[in-house]
Amino acid sequence: MTELLKLDGVGVRLGGRQILDDVRFEVRPGEFSGIIGPNGAGKTTLLRVILGLIPSAAGKITRPPTIGYVPQKLNIDPDVPLRARDVVSLGLDGHRIGFSFPSRKRRDLVEKALADVGAGDYASARVGELSGGQQQRVMVAHALISRPSLLLLDEPLANLDLAIEQEIVTVLAKLAREHEIAVMLSAHDMNPLINVMDRIIYVANGKVATGATDDVVTTEGLSELYGHHVDVLHVHGRVVVVAG
Amino acid sequence: MHYLVEPGFLGSPSVRTALIVGTVVAVTSGVIGVFTVIRGQSFAGHSLSDVATTGGAGAFLAGIDQFWGFLVMGAAAALLMEGIGVQRRRGRDVATGVVLGGALGLAALFLYLGTLKTASTGASFTILFGSIFVVSPDTVPAVVAAGLIALAVIALLARPLLLTALSPDIARTRGVPVRAVGIAYLMALAVDVSLSAVAIGAVLSTALLIGPAATALRLVKSPVKAMAVAAAAGLAATWIGVLLAYDSYYWPPHGHGWPVSFFVVALVLAGYLATYARRPRRLLPRSPHEEAAECSPA
Repeated sequence: MTELLKLDGVGVRLGGRQILDDVRFEVRPGEFSGIIGPNGAGKTTLLRVILGLIPSAAGKITRPPTIGYVPQKLNIDPDVPLRARDVVSLGLDGHRIGFSFPSRKRRDLVEKALADVGAGDYASARVGELSGGQQQRVMVAHALISRPSLLLLDEPLANLDLAIEQEIVTVLAKLAREHEIAVMLSAHDMNPLINVMDRIIYVANGKVATGATDDVVTTEGLSELYGHHVDVLHVHGRVVVVAG
Repeated sequence: MHYLVEPGFLGSPSVRTALIVGTVVAVTSGVIGVFTVIRGQSFAGHSLSDVATTGGAGAFLAGIDQFWGFLVMGAAAALLMEGIGVQRRRGRDVATGVVLGGALGLAALFLYLGTLKTASTGASFTILFGSIFVVSPDTVPAVVAAGLIALAVIALLARPLLLTALSPDIARTRGVPVRAVGIAYLMALAVDVSLSAVAIGAVLSTALLIGPAATALRLVKSPVKAMAVAAAAGLAATWIGVLLAYDSYYWPPHGHGWPVSFFVVALVLAGYLATYARRPRRLLPRSPHEEAAECSPA
């Protein structure tokens, strides 16, 4: 199977600082990858360079034609007149000029996209009034309605309580499996993702290690990546990385 | 004996001009105002209207119609604000404030010189607070055309503007030229502000921009409905304002009509306050964001 996304020796410099150096990995259709690493390691930068929002200083990126993107947080007031279904509808053709005309076909597509992520109940509510987890689902529907082969999510699990966190992960894993959409999401904690990740992309110190979780997340491997000793501990089925 | 519609209302040419100009202004302001509130650029809108004062005062000194002064100065200020940094959220307020301060200083000079020239304060009053009854019939075609152009720009950019409001990064990944769209929107805003400066004065033009839009956002949930309700609310305030101002010639002090701008702005405010009487039932519990906003000072 051919790769969907390929980074070959990608480096990013921002404001004279080297943020990422010699990043190389491939993502295949339907793969679920987690971009894991401590705060400030360059996870968001990695997502932004893949999206083409910032230029790379070195290397080559091969991208699929359409990438769905779910940003970390919506900055939307509760009084903004965009209902969940308006937001999803914008995912279809929000980049085009002119108004969109309502049609049965459009409405069915929007309702189906909302139902696919379990957001059908609040289709008529304003997005600014929804909770963080509800907004996440609506934004996933917004990203998916344009039928991307790759879906990128920036810290979708941040600030969610544990039950909702697990629900979102389940929804995303199901999408990856059933629709052959490659899902890449960033997170500072790998534990909610361990059971669903096909690949971990561990970012630390501006460098990236990638592969199966058990191969990458080891005391030796991560110590080399961080450039100093860290311990990888397994506690009650959870993985904890501790600076040594 | 007084009537709701005093004799001669519809027969008066100045009333007819006022109603035409008022209609164009109310509809344009209602539609553009919804985007202004969504984009969080109410301050930019208000500043453009203040800056338009400078243009109006300059035009008066130069002996040309104030509309052109409002328009040129508003557009120039919009470009300047964009150049300094309106695209960044924080830079936006700073850039707006800097341009605003400079322009108002110039307006003070122009208005002072204008007062010396005519030995009256009538022109200053018209520039600042407008008078829809004294709009020159020669300007009407330009006003209508400018309003239609601004509306066409917004109609073309409606979806990219909404997508950008949702998330500028998503808009960029979908290929929207976010900055160019922002400039086009600001230019449409500058045109609209010039129109309402003609109608209700440079200082008050924000009232028609923000008031009806804010009213609509309290009443309806979808973007298209919000634009329709805002336009209708602005239209109602303008028409009833024109009617009351006409009638007020028969009110005390007799023979001196009250300023039409007062009525329009008062009606806009009354409409907004009336929405509080009917608190919309919520589908969902309040978001933490909203509570934080209400707890923070001012």
